[in-house]
Amino acid sequence: MTGSDFIQTGLPMALYVVFCVLAIVGALGVVILRNPVSAAFSLIVAFLNVACIFAMQGAFFISAVQVIVYAGAIMVLFIFVIMLLSFDRVELDFPTNKIFTPIPIFGGFLFFAGMSFILLKGKMGAHRGPFTQQAIETAGGNVRVISEIMFSDYVLPFLVMGMLLSICIVGAVLLAKKKVE
Amino acid sequence: MNQLDVPFLYPALITGAALFSIGLAGIALRRSLIAMLMCIELMLTGVNMTLVSFSYANADLTGQIMVFFIVTVAAAEGAIGLGLLIALYRNMKEVGTAQLSQMKE
Repeated sequence: MTGSDFIQTGLPMALYVVFCVLAIVGALGVVILRNPVSAAFSLIVAFLNVACIFAMQGAFFISAVQVIVYAGAIMVLFIFVIMLLSFDRVELDFPTNKIFTPIPIFGGFLFFAGMSFILLKGKMGAHRGPFTQQAIETAGGNVRVISEIMFSDYVLPFLVMGMLLSICIVGAVLLAKKKVE
Repeated sequence: MNQLDVPFLYPALITGAALFSIGLAGIALRRSLIAMLMCIELMLTGVNMTLVSFSYANADLTGQIMVFFIVTVAAAEGAIGLGLLIALYRNMKEVGTAQLSQMKE
């Protein structure tokens, strides 16, 4: 059973919509919940559901990366920092001026409406690439095909990413360490 | 061909747009730096979702490779942002944008 066949059966379609709805609910929780730990866990819910949607679209490697890097590493870092700083200091407060509260909400809705209109009604040219689900499965799976592309066409960006992460390690240590007199 | 006839492309696209919009509204709504960083991660995830959906619809794996790079940059950005947060907390004992206005005075 290939990935596209899997999506077209009845139960996964319902699951797909459930994952989409749960992702949006988790994202709303990030904005609405005042407790920082609750917001972080709500964000984990959103990330896990997004990873499920990625897997149902056949992007298995990206799905695993989403779980390991986002829901694992980044969220552990967030919760670590929330625990490190004291709770009353990191209280998530809304603006005290209540006049400014509706403006971002309205702006978000406006942006969502415009983007949905473009995505649903815009002309999307179908420039079909060679990597259909069947072609990927004959070539040895999602991870193998992605690695073959990444280490041939995209090897220079890959190396630049390694350099970026090294710089980031040094920068984070320098920023967070105590000043030595 | 105007519409891509791929099963369940559009719910994913709408979800990606919704995640991006919620993150955008959250950045403007929140006054805590930790929450603003979380909202940035949310926006990046919305973009990733759109890229993966179009990669799936167009049978082209370039979008997934781009998502891999975006995730790497997001991890770097999160680490630097949280390092800044700790340095800020050590110097000012406050983590909020209301306390960060001394440069305009």
